[in-house]
Amino acid sequence: MKRGEQSMVPEPEFQSYYGRPILKEPTWKTPDVPIYLWIGGIAGGSSLLAEGAALSGRPGLERVTRLTAATGAAIGTVALVHDLGRPERFLNMLRVFKPTSPLSVGSYILAPFSSLAGAAAASHVTGVAPRLGRLAGAGAAVFGPPLATYTAALFSNTAIPVWHEAHRELPFVFGASAAAAAGGTAMMLAPAAESGPAVRMAGIGAVAELGLAHHMEQRLGMLAEPYEKGLAGKLTKLSRALTVTGLGLSALGQRRPWLRRVAGASYSAGSLALRFAVFEAGRESARDPKYVVVPQRERIRAREEEARRQGSGTVSV
Amino acid sequence: MSRLSEFLSPESLWGRLDDPSQNAGYEDHPTRKGFFTDTSVCIGCKACEVACKEWNQVPDDGYLLTGMSYDNTQQLGASTWRHVAFIEQPVGAPSTGAPPTDLGMPGSKPPGWEREVTLGEDLVDGDPQGAASGDSGVRWLMSSDVCKHCTHAACLDVCPTGSLFRTEFGTVVVQEDICNGCGYCVPACPYGVIDQRKDDGRAFKCTLCYDRLKEGQTPACAQACPTESIQFGDLDELRERAAARVEQLHDQGVDVARLYGADPDDGVGGDGAFFLLLDEPEVYGLPPDPVVTTRDLGSMWRHVGAGALALAGLGAASFLGRRR
Ligand code: SF4
Ligand code: SF4
Ligand code: SF4
Repeated sequence: MKRGEQSMVPEPEFQSYYGRPILKEPTWKTPDVPIYLWIGGIAGGSSLLAEGAALSGRPGLERVTRLTAATGAAIGTVALVHDLGRPERFLNMLRVFKPTSPLSVGSYILAPFSSLAGAAAASHVTGVAPRLGRLAGAGAAVFGPPLATYTAALFSNTAIPVWHEAHRELPFVFGASAAAAAGGTAMMLAPAAESGPAVRMAGIGAVAELGLAHHMEQRLGMLAEPYEKGLAGKLTKLSRALTVTGLGLSALGQRRPWLRRVAGASYSAGSLALRFAVFEAGRESARDPKYVVVPQRERIRAREEEARRQGSGTVSV
Repeated sequence: MSRLSEFLSPESLWGRLDDPSQNAGYEDHPTRKGFFTDTSVCIGCKACEVACKEWNQVPDDGYLLTGMSYDNTQQLGASTWRHVAFIEQPVGAPSTGAPPTDLGMPGSKPPGWEREVTLGEDLVDGDPQGAASGDSGVRWLMSSDVCKHCTHAACLDVCPTGSLFRTEFGTVVVQEDICNGCGYCVPACPYGVIDQRKDDGRAFKCTLCYDRLKEGQTPACAQACPTESIQFGDLDELRERAAARVEQLHDQGVDVARLYGADPDDGVGGDGAFFLLLDEPEVYGLPPDPVVTTRDLGSMWRHVGAGALALAGLGAASFLGRRR
């Protein structure tokens, strides 16, 4: 029942029940859930760009980002409903409001965001009720950032080791990734003459995404392993490569609009790969009991040491 | 069924909580019910698994032979609400340093075990099960696992529909007419208990026989258990009984006996269904130090909020400077 695989770093010794998982793997579907995380980030970030574009008089950028926000929210809603085991009961999500359930809170973010972003886009395209449309757009920009970051709590508020232990870093990683993806999407679709803010948003977002994801892995210690191994590891590397490519092309694309568009696509794809990587790392850390037993044993050991230092009795398991 | 107080009051998320039913809004309610599963007398007969399936009409979950042990049930799941684990260990395995514990089978006496063992006395007195056979130098541990009906139940906390709820008995139950199969409860449970039934879409787990409890009956699994390894009753009383049992085993030299999930100050506020084990929890497939995820809820939402503000700030900053 002991496992000791050979690798460069000696495997920590731990016991398990025939190597079987302790936790249940998330039953969330792929690609539904990673796509939902990604597109929610794009929609949320786009709602910010749309308001900025409206305020600063960039009609081309405004049009693209309003449409992106509305379409993203619609696709996200479909992905979320499709992920349910009983899709026809989707509205049960709005039956209660529970701050302890990020999925409940998220439903109360997604529902108003979709309505407001949809109304703003419809008004912008048709020219009907422009003032109400602007108001709706401003409302969407309020719900947009939390739409992009609440998904971090959705993952963290579980027993999955690599998600839960990253609960301080994940909202910032997702926020940065949303900026890179939303900026990137706008770079791809908006007129080059107006896409300056999108370039800046994506660029800062991309640098932050790389730095914060690195910081998160440093903080996770042995729990960073699932992010770097197997399928998740490949996705992590792909994400980094795409994001770095986006930065490089964006710098080269100052005067070449088509390069700027490719850079935008690269940013956006990098963000998508990151969401898949986080999802897969979570599944891997649920499958291998090592990621449950070793950190919990360490926690017990630290607690016992603390108790010994304070000279008091023992700590029970 | 959803009670706002349970979701909003901070002390219901973490720490000691003596009356979860009251915390959930029940004013007049029966005493908290639970299980004490004394694995030292479990003989691995699986009567509990069968009784549970029968009573609750739980569908089969495939007839697989695992080849890893006598355990072909493998794990708790949507269609397995009791699971008997079988652990085969060399006696005095260096991993545990555990002394041989005895099976209480007639005529067998594990090496190094002082007392003469006779059947009957064992089962009645509840002698250490263990399961070491004198000939093979192997000890057998058997344990019937079940939903822990946590004092702070992560599955219940994260359920967005209010389908999972706290009963008047302090247990945790899924309302199948409300569950929309979002699957959030599945990765939230620190014990890997609840799961989604694939062909059905909804989540299922042990109800602690809610229907039987309401009729004043004993849960089917406990009723079927021939050795009283599964003991059902008032949680307070079970905790006392369990403490006495551990003491008794320690007196008999079974130093490896320990309680799991009995401490109301542990990471989930104590389990409604707790265990007496003869080895480390992870050997039985149990997490050694489970913590309810919502302990960190405040921190999670604060960081989500800060992340959202940072993103909004970045959005605004992108429009500063050059007009291009
Ligand atoms: S053991 Fe898991 S499924 Fe059972 S009450 Fe606790 S959290 Fe819920
Ligand atoms: S799957 Fe059902 S019981 Fe589980 S959290 Fe979702 S709605 Fe609640
Ligand atoms: S209490 Fe009832 S539902 Fe739970 S395991 Fe026992 S028989 Fe099954």
